[in-house]
Amino acid sequence: MELQTLTYIVVGATFALYIGIAIWSKASSTGEFYVAGTGVHPVANGMATAADWMSAASFISMAGLIAFLGYDASVYLMGWTGGYVLLALLLAPYLRKFGKFTVPEFVGDRFYSKGARLVAVICLIVASVTYVIGQMKGVGVAFGRFLEVDFEVGVLVGMAIVFVYAVLGGMKGITYTQIAQYCVLIFAYTVPAIFISLNLTGNFLPQLGLGSEMADGSGVYLLDRLDQVVTDLGFAAYTAQKWPTINVFLLTLSLMIGTAGLPHVIVRFFTVPKVSDARKSAGWALVFIAILYTTAPAVGAMARLNLMHTIQTGPVGEATGNIQMSEVPEWMTNWKTTGLLDWEDKNGDGRLQYYNDGNAEFAARAEAWGWKGNEMTKVDRDIMVLANPEIANLPNWVIALVAAGGLAAALSTAAGLLLAISSAISHDLIKGMIAPDISEKKELMASRIAMAAAILVAGYLGMNPPGFAAQVVALAFGLAASSIFPALMMGIFNKRMNREGAIVGMLVGLTTTLVYIFWFKGWFFIPGTEMAPNNVDNWFMGISPEAFGAVGALLNFVSAWIVSKVTAAPPEHIQHLVEEIRVPKAAAPAVDH
Amino acid sequence: MSVDKSRQEYWRRNLRLVSICLAIWFLVSYVFGILLVDTLNSISIGGYGLGFWFAQQGSIYVFVVLIFFYAWRMNKLDREFDVHED
Repeated sequence: MELQTLTYIVVGATFALYIGIAIWSKASSTGEFYVAGTGVHPVANGMATAADWMSAASFISMAGLIAFLGYDASVYLMGWTGGYVLLALLLAPYLRKFGKFTVPEFVGDRFYSKGARLVAVICLIVASVTYVIGQMKGVGVAFGRFLEVDFEVGVLVGMAIVFVYAVLGGMKGITYTQIAQYCVLIFAYTVPAIFISLNLTGNFLPQLGLGSEMADGSGVYLLDRLDQVVTDLGFAAYTAQKWPTINVFLLTLSLMIGTAGLPHVIVRFFTVPKVSDARKSAGWALVFIAILYTTAPAVGAMARLNLMHTIQTGPVGEATGNIQMSEVPEWMTNWKTTGLLDWEDKNGDGRLQYYNDGNAEFAARAEAWGWKGNEMTKVDRDIMVLANPEIANLPNWVIALVAAGGLAAALSTAAGLLLAISSAISHDLIKGMIAPDISEKKELMASRIAMAAAILVAGYLGMNPPGFAAQVVALAFGLAASSIFPALMMGIFNKRMNREGAIVGMLVGLTTTLVYIFWFKGWFFIPGTEMAPNNVDNWFMGISPEAFGAVGALLNFVSAWIVSKVTAAPPEHIQHLVEEIRVPKAAAPAVDH
Repeated sequence: MSVDKSRQEYWRRNLRLVSICLAIWFLVSYVFGILLVDTLNSISIGGYGLGFWFAQQGSIYVFVVLIFFYAWRMNKLDREFDVHED
């Protein structure tokens, strides 16, 4: 069957499934809307959390990043998984015991302050909105490429789907839909990876294939071969560290703390029945995340090797060692039309040369062979996962499946973020501050309206991404790491922490991190307003803006501790509250509110 | 033992368990995967350098095990101090 027809069928079938689940699980109370009535089994909740967490970026971009960064991409692999250890050990069980609906609600109650709650709401909304823009854009791109409709039409279809199941079902609908979406996305990710691993190494498990010998009978390990192939062409060795150690260290730490501080992830642990389930649930979430995250390094390395072998077909430096322009495989010409892959015969020899012409020593040698610069003028990292099935000559249904998987990843993350935004508005702003007497029915209505409004804003921004769309990841993680995570942790582990300390800490962490990011990326990301060029020579102690969240978190902890020492201790009932959330017994269910 | 004393002891034991788990968390990712990566890469397991393996595979497996280990130990501790849920 033709690829486009197949893609329509597969994507259409998955969408019908999501909507069916939404109708079956319609939310009827605010409890079900915000936290799915706390009746979700830990394994199911772990699966939903994994789908919530793994966005279009994890599914589409991460393996591409790994392919081109090699070892340095370990920061993403460890950073985006290690945060779950912090969540499970430091936050999840206590926030579940606290038994409320939202993250700002905990901050507001624990620090007996509407001001603290408001700061938390602002951090939450900024972090979530910036994050959701990327998801809507991902939906548009995936539709545009596979269904051959306009980008805007793709975003609109995505908005409509999310609207149906998120507005109707709330957390309950989202949770059950996300379970289905997890199955779709993990199947779509692992099937091509298994085929490719089998092909290259004869080992069907990609995690083992990456450490195996090549299947070509040479007896050379795959990673050694890859190091050889890339260094022969002037690139840095795949398994070698290229970034400064301090930056690798702090970026990993920032991503871990940021992961543990992202509100749409934390709120998932409010939805399990018991405190002991909250501990286990984080473990299950990480199991389901690890399936993708341990496959990704194999996908990245194998894609890089396949790409290098496709172009450099023979020995480096021999006239016949490079592929002829007329013989490039079909997937290359397919991707050329999207503009994400491009080449140019600079030396007019009718063959393609792909090498690192930024490496002066190698470029000089290459010139002696008659090479006149790298001819692969554009290789977008994002095509790696999407092109993988085509590179490995897999059947069309696998390609259609990858399209559905990418959409599932983007939609499930978008829905989780939109719920976090709408509950912050309806529960924390409207019920918590503006109209405390609002009835449950009206609050439910308000949260549905807030959700619909958030979808419209996200869709608009997805279609007209502000110039800073590519920079938002640094911002979202920086905010979560420097403000939300320290506030939550001190609220649980430091009984003496008071309102003054928490507010000063959040503001200090937030301000220093924002200023540092804006300093190198422009104030509010407006081009031309950078205070210094964004490179390692100007960074403070070699710390990149993306890695500064950990420093912001440290400043938050220190300033909060100092201020709390010189101001009055929190009132008796707050200290009692902290003692209560530290033990699981008599956990009030989240619906008793 | 009074309820207060027993709860203090429970919390102290919890903090000790958290510290042990976080020490392992730090060791496999930051020490093995980042700070000592070059040294460990001189040891190979299959085609992987050990440091590279920890950075891209091993640390993730250890994270999973750590969370379940902590959950298991805490459930035991909850019962020991009679603060478990019904």
